[in-house]
Amino acid sequence: MGGLAGVPAADEEYSAKDFTSDQEVRWCPGCGDYAVLAAVRGFLPELGIKRENTVFVSGIGCSARFPYYMNTYGMHSIHGRAPTIATGLATTRPDLSVWVVTGDGDGLSIGGNHLIHALRRNVNITVLLFNNRIYGLTKGQYSPTSDQGMVTKSTPAGSLDTPFNPVSLALGAEAGFVARTLDSDRAHLTETLRAAAQHRGSALVEIYQNCPIFNDGAFDVLKDADEKQRRLIQLRHGEPVTFGPEDERFGVVRDERGELRVAKLAEVDERDLVVHDAQRADTSHAFALSRLGGQDLDPTVTGVFRAVDRPTYDDQARQQLDEAAQQRPADLQQLLTGRDTWTI
Amino acid sequence: MVATNGQRTESDPEGQQPDTLRKVNRVVIRFAGDSGDGMQLTGDRFTSEAAAFGNDLATLPNYPAEIRAPAGTLPGVSSFQLHFADYDILTPGDRPDVLVAMNPAALKANLGDLPAGATVVVNTDEFTKRNLKKVGYEQSPLETDELERFTVHRVAMSELTKGAVAETGLTRKEAERCKNMFALGLLSWMYHRPTDNTERFLREKFSGKPQVAEANLLAFRAGWNYGETTESFAVAYEVEPASLPEGTYRQVTGNLALAYGLVAAGQRSELPVFLGSYPITPASDVLHEMAKHKNFGVTTFQAEDEIAGVGAALGASFGGSLGVTTTSGPGLALKSETIGLAVALELPMLICDIQRGGPSTGLPTKTEQADLLQALYGRNGESPVPVLAPRSPADCFDIAMDAARIALTYRTPVLLLSDGATANGSEPWLIPDVSELPDLRVSFADSPNAPDGSEEFWPYQRDPRTLAREWAVPGTPGLEHRVGGLEKLDGKGSISYDPDNHDAMVRLRQRRIDGIEVPDVPVEDPDGDARVLVLGWGSSYGPIGAACRRLRARGMPVAQTHLRHLNPMPGNLGEVLRRYDRVVVPEMNMGQLAMLLRSRYLVDAQSYTKVAGLPFQAEELENVLSDVVQGVEL
Ligand code: SF4
Repeated sequence: MGGLAGVPAADEEYSAKDFTSDQEVRWCPGCGDYAVLAAVRGFLPELGIKRENTVFVSGIGCSARFPYYMNTYGMHSIHGRAPTIATGLATTRPDLSVWVVTGDGDGLSIGGNHLIHALRRNVNITVLLFNNRIYGLTKGQYSPTSDQGMVTKSTPAGSLDTPFNPVSLALGAEAGFVARTLDSDRAHLTETLRAAAQHRGSALVEIYQNCPIFNDGAFDVLKDADEKQRRLIQLRHGEPVTFGPEDERFGVVRDERGELRVAKLAEVDERDLVVHDAQRADTSHAFALSRLGGQDLDPTVTGVFRAVDRPTYDDQARQQLDEAAQQRPADLQQLLTGRDTWTI
Repeated sequence: MVATNGQRTESDPEGQQPDTLRKVNRVVIRFAGDSGDGMQLTGDRFTSEAAAFGNDLATLPNYPAEIRAPAGTLPGVSSFQLHFADYDILTPGDRPDVLVAMNPAALKANLGDLPAGATVVVNTDEFTKRNLKKVGYEQSPLETDELERFTVHRVAMSELTKGAVAETGLTRKEAERCKNMFALGLLSWMYHRPTDNTERFLREKFSGKPQVAEANLLAFRAGWNYGETTESFAVAYEVEPASLPEGTYRQVTGNLALAYGLVAAGQRSELPVFLGSYPITPASDVLHEMAKHKNFGVTTFQAEDEIAGVGAALGASFGGSLGVTTTSGPGLALKSETIGLAVALELPMLICDIQRGGPSTGLPTKTEQADLLQALYGRNGESPVPVLAPRSPADCFDIAMDAARIALTYRTPVLLLSDGATANGSEPWLIPDVSELPDLRVSFADSPNAPDGSEEFWPYQRDPRTLAREWAVPGTPGLEHRVGGLEKLDGKGSISYDPDNHDAMVRLRQRRIDGIEVPDVPVEDPDGDARVLVLGWGSSYGPIGAACRRLRARGMPVAQTHLRHLNPMPGNLGEVLRRYDRVVVPEMNMGQLAMLLRSRYLVDAQSYTKVAGLPFQAEELENVLSDVVQGVEL
């Protein structure tokens, strides 16, 4: 059963314009959020579901304005709590495609608890985590994904925190679908979002997103063609994990301690290359891949780390209701009366 | 089911006749023991027996916050007080006529509450040197003159129980655990209670463990027989059924009635109910109960925290369900921001706060009504929310239904303030006829509503009478819209930072809540000549009413009124308050309602407060009020 099973099919052909609300988009010029918005508006028509059955829920932060710009149902809620609202909505409404838009502050700091629990619970929602490694809306404090030592307004002597790796975190929380993509790569972004929407259960997509105002260039190495080629790994299910320019290819192999490492392709036996399997029930393979590249983006692992089907919370909750209804009629008078009564 | 017809005479259910049977109008019994002794269950069963017999009753469970405090110590004492009568009573009673003390700690902890002449039944087997020492008794009180003001029955309950259940082959420890049923059997004999329901209950409760069921039954019967055959229990008592209004009754606790009210609200509104909750004392039982009723379209969601519980409820409301969350004071604090969001979104939602002692973790298992100002004002910004409070366990049902009416009609979160005493206390409930319950059906928006003829949907377009906005749920074609916590332009619902719009919206949200229709408060003043009004809210209704009756019986006129709607307050309240020379407001807080009344109505409301974790006693309120009444008459 796909992520959109139960959501009514559209009876008209939509275009990106149909998903565009009349609200003027107010992100800063050059903000990576524009690219994500364009990609989402552009690919939603492909899903073939009714626009009115699509809901975007967000928390607080720059990215949280996203729902206002979508001509769907939407809620701009409070800081960090969007996964909770989406959980109540998705559990009671199997006919909706429910999206959560969050950021590194909203989703990993104030709302970290809700995010991990939504992922572990496996509610049928798709979470877009815009990671710009900074607080934008409050004007430039370090976030839970900022580099250690980063000098910001609140850390003039450098931040002391160890950053989260959102993909590792999501895998640790047993998320069934975990992926990473870039705001600057429209094709990969679209392909990743499509896969996330098709997945039934909680899906987390981390999107590296540039904030030109408070953390400009955080992902610039991935925009430089040469550097990108040298660093970027695009995971493909069933294929060996290799990357790099034509003249200097790299591959991922398992070392003698069982850990993954990057090696020059020329120096390893092809049979030793790690073949990506996103459907492995055990999270350790995906987790090991998520540890390959860290904060330094060298390498940067993108694509679908994990896509494993398991029963969703909301499907099972509704099933319990259906079964109870079949077993016992909803006789309110009988319930209120109970068994031990007396009459005067 | 045992239905009694109110005509019962002095024959016991077995058709046997005790030697002496004395009629009394009312009795207060307190079962006290270690928290592992099963006193709550014992009290609960006795209550069911009294209810099945047709007595009016009120109960007061009182137990420690620790699940198993060290055995035999004072902090580990758990008790259950039951007041039953042949007339309508209002409180669980101030002082027990009978104390069942299962160990020295239970005796010591409760002795101070006993009036002279009370009956004490003690389990002598627990009065060992070691147990006596644990609670600081140098010498056993059973051997000193400490109990000389009371009628004391010394019963070796542990040993008698073990003897009675020996044939079942249970271990000594397991066998001894049945001693609470021995006590129940003995008290059931003393008060001439029907026993069929308890026997059936035990069989069902332990249906998976026939040996345990059998042992409990044997212990229960042994207790009964002990009373019957032992000389020291020469007298049994009978309390006749009460003459309550005609109808079919059952016994309910406040939390059960609240859960039923929520289920009923879902049925009568034809909406799915979604309860998002996080376990917290004393509210968890509502979650447990609701989880049983999935066949009524009730989804229960045990969230990762209080915030997620209310967030999920709000998400469900956005999707067209009746979203509900249940909690206690500390949880309400965590939910405030989401309630504020619900205020801004103008969506229906119910928030049930079963108040307990505060601040902070406070007294989790004790009662208090100190969350009133938190409920009214505990959010950022101007954030008006309707607030209702049940006045008794059974009233929780009606209050839940009315809270749902307000939430659905006016599209607003509604706060319901119950408390520990109401939640765990029980009383007879006149079972309502479902077809006569209010119709709570709502209609969802289904078409564009823009007043400018633009074929747009304006989410903040309002009903001119209720000022409620339309409820357009996702999935409705053509009504796609965005809501959120940022200030909205009235009507259109788009984000607006306009100063005049904000001022207008703040006032509009207030006007919508102020305009909610709530019934006038009735005043009870039988002779119509009272000059003193006593006004309360929440669970103090019983003790205030009982105190008023006592005063009137002494020829002192006093009027009583009780608020079930705290926001908005009933329209006639100002006029009622001005009718009296003195207004007394007893509260289990530091005078929160009194402060509101003084500021809103400019009345010199006199506050009487107690925050001891226990309900008021009728006697203490009688004393307070008689001073006031006498002061006015001078
Ligand atoms: S502050 Fe940064 S993240 Fe926020 S809108 Fe501006 S560029 Fe985008």
